[in-house]
Amino acid sequence: MLRVIGKRIALLIPTLFGLSILLFLWVRSLPGGPATALLGEKATPEAIARVNELYGFDRPLLTQYLTYVGRLLQGDFGVSINTGRPVLEEFATRFPATLELTVVALVFAIGVGVPLGYFAARYYGRFLDHSSVVLSLIGITVPVFFLAFILKYIFAIQWGILPPDGRQDARIDATHYTQFYVLDGILTGEYDAAWDAFLHLILPGLALGTIPLAIIVRITRASVLEVQNADYVRTARAKGLMERTIRGSFILRNAMLPVVTTIGLQLGLLISGAVLTETVFAFNGIGRFLRDAIFGLDYPVLQGFIIFIAILYALINLIVDLSYSVIDPRVRVQ
Amino acid sequence: MSNRGTSVRGTGFARKRAVLTAGFSVAALLLTGCVQSEREENTGAEGESAVDSTFVFAASSDPKSLDPAFASDGESFRVSRQIFEGLVGVEPGTADPAPLLAESWETAEDGLSTVFQLKEGVTFHDGTPFDAEAVCFNFDRWYNWTGIQQAETTSYYYGSLFRGFADSPENAVYESCEANGDNEVTINLAKPFAGFIAALSLPAFAMQSPTALEEFAADEIGGTAEAPSLSEYALGHPVGTGPFKFDSWDVGQQLEISIYDDYWGDKGQITNTIFRIIDDPQARRQALEAGDIDGYDLVAPADTQSLKDAGYNITPRDPFTILYLGMNQAIPELADPQVREAIAHAIDKEALVAQTLPEGTEVATQFIPEVVDGYNEDVTTYEYDPERAKELLAEAGYPDGFEVTFNYPTNVSRPYMPTPEQVFTNLQAQLSEVGITVKPAPAAWSPDYLNQVQGTPDHGLHLLGWTGDYNDTDNFIGVFFGQEKLEFGFDNPELFAALDEARGVSDREQQTELYKDINEQIAEYNPAIPLAHPAPSLAFAPRVTSYPASPVNDEVFTDIELSE
Repeated sequence: MLRVIGKRIALLIPTLFGLSILLFLWVRSLPGGPATALLGEKATPEAIARVNELYGFDRPLLTQYLTYVGRLLQGDFGVSINTGRPVLEEFATRFPATLELTVVALVFAIGVGVPLGYFAARYYGRFLDHSSVVLSLIGITVPVFFLAFILKYIFAIQWGILPPDGRQDARIDATHYTQFYVLDGILTGEYDAAWDAFLHLILPGLALGTIPLAIIVRITRASVLEVQNADYVRTARAKGLMERTIRGSFILRNAMLPVVTTIGLQLGLLISGAVLTETVFAFNGIGRFLRDAIFGLDYPVLQGFIIFIAILYALINLIVDLSYSVIDPRVRVQ
Repeated sequence: MSNRGTSVRGTGFARKRAVLTAGFSVAALLLTGCVQSEREENTGAEGESAVDSTFVFAASSDPKSLDPAFASDGESFRVSRQIFEGLVGVEPGTADPAPLLAESWETAEDGLSTVFQLKEGVTFHDGTPFDAEAVCFNFDRWYNWTGIQQAETTSYYYGSLFRGFADSPENAVYESCEANGDNEVTINLAKPFAGFIAALSLPAFAMQSPTALEEFAADEIGGTAEAPSLSEYALGHPVGTGPFKFDSWDVGQQLEISIYDDYWGDKGQITNTIFRIIDDPQARRQALEAGDIDGYDLVAPADTQSLKDAGYNITPRDPFTILYLGMNQAIPELADPQVREAIAHAIDKEALVAQTLPEGTEVATQFIPEVVDGYNEDVTTYEYDPERAKELLAEAGYPDGFEVTFNYPTNVSRPYMPTPEQVFTNLQAQLSEVGITVKPAPAAWSPDYLNQVQGTPDHGLHLLGWTGDYNDTDNFIGVFFGQEKLEFGFDNPELFAALDEARGVSDREQQTELYKDINEQIAEYNPAIPLAHPAPSLAFAPRVTSYPASPVNDEVFTDIELSE
């Protein structure tokens, strides 16, 4: 097991190296430059030239890349051109927000999606099945930002029962240690702050979780349908096993394998979906920050954040692969 | 129903988090030693005053820096105007300079030295006295910047107005500062600078506490290559003499300031202000409607009426902006003065303003708003006359019109151009009336559009504009037409020389006359068409009964009036 993990992590190194080169060239091949973005209407050619010289953007690409990699190896991701803060710090303060949001979205997607898919398959061809198929189709086709907007309009503006934006009410003076606001509230005993932070997660969480929810429903349904007609299930029934055992240990467990793969893939998509959701809900996570970095051509942030996300993606995939062996003993043997 | 849903998910959420929570709790406890609540509740209504004295304002972004000397963006200045004060302020509701930390001043005849009498008994938030030495400390600080501190992206205003630093004194406008006792200071300039007093009203030249600047190493910004980093001072220790002192900044989330108890002036009703960062314009409006914020800036023209109908207060500023249609003379057709004149006659500015720009917008005849010195009442104008436009086109050799690229930005809202797409559509229709077919060339504002229009000759007609910083004519027309630029693609040495001359004149009245002539010269040459002076508006909750709207955004929150 440890060898597998070690090998996978070792493989990550050349991948990240390649990625760093591609990223470096890609962000620099975009038209314009950070100086134009920073100076706006004030961007005279002289000002741009001076800024490029002072920031070192006029040096040969290879020199710039070697400096970048040299610093990267020392754990220095540089400073954001837009905000003047270290990239690592920007990521560290915002990632908890996105993670909190992703967890809520995922809990919603799995918590609702797996049972719904399972029961749709169990009552195949009946009303529940049909409605779950229709609902999941709608879920996949509705754009995230539109859904986010509608949810916000109904629950925050019309009914006023949930907050419209941000991570916490402006007037709550909460203490933050971990940047996980709900957790911070619990740790410091500021339960109203924790509750408020949680309320702020509901609408963006729902918006973000809908597409994964729809996908999970469909995969679960298809997978359960396939498994419940498998020979071994028929054999189990013939043996006279209790229906509960058949459903729990035979059908559900075997059907979960493709579902877990899907959930792993969805996690990566959730982080990219967060760009839209976080913008609509003015939610201070990495998605919103990444969007600003793209518009501002903030080279260090783009390079750094995408490398972080790549590492995350690789780790998630590793965890998913490892979880196969928990669910399916056959994988363990191999 | 939704409540039940919430609680069910809440439990699931909490359970899933239990394992994570345990790990993080241990880490957090170890890191912080002892976790203790340090919060204070903002109760709002206090004592006899019945109003909620906490004011929540939506900012469109974080400030770039809390050190205004190293900032040039509106959101930094909005915050620093509450924390800092300059020697010179602004007459409320105008763009004219007024006494602030300097009670009076006198400029020598040659324009090279100015003696300021300082207000007595003023202290910075850290207790440091505000005196002549503090003034000199600030001026010398700016003058002695080196390397990346001089970059236009950091010290834009000092660099562009004072033009040189200690390591390049041949260009520098500033020479020296002398403290004559505690409350009198002389600033010596190396060259006359007619806009000197007005320039000092910019937040970039606000007075900062010498003690805090040194203690928190305000000038240490050159950490790495590629980008300057914010100093400790700019991250969290700004110290000025203003009515509010800095409390906290939760980046991307909110920034808080509270009243400075020893402030020398009127403290007003507000004790705490929270700047909430909401970058999406639609989200700002919704936050106001949901009651989360008390107000926001740059209301979209389409929202004004519906917000008013719903009982919100809309406060327009007097326009201090200009929106123009640029004509790139690198395009052969546009290099022909008759074609440019035809385009000018083809545009119905009244209709454009009425259909696409916010209430309070004024039609423009020249490139400066009326309140700026040098505004010329009698400037040459081109009436809306499509027939005349067609004739001129025919005379120029285009009886059937011609085709030209029209560049405009998308998904952006500038104070002078809230909805560029609408302005484009409107102008496109007007131009097609006289036979000019435009090829639409939309581009994302930053960096694509700006780069295309300002950094390459590859554009035709285009929309751009400017928001003035203070009452300075050169800050408008000097920026646009002071030198050969790729944006307009023309070389007019006569105009460049005239602008250069006017800039160097130390007598304000004499300078104003020169600018009047220059405005006429520009109107005749017609390198671009001044379209409008759009008026940006703010929106407020009903409890905000008065807001000190200022054309140059000199808005201090002590002047806000609240009813509840």
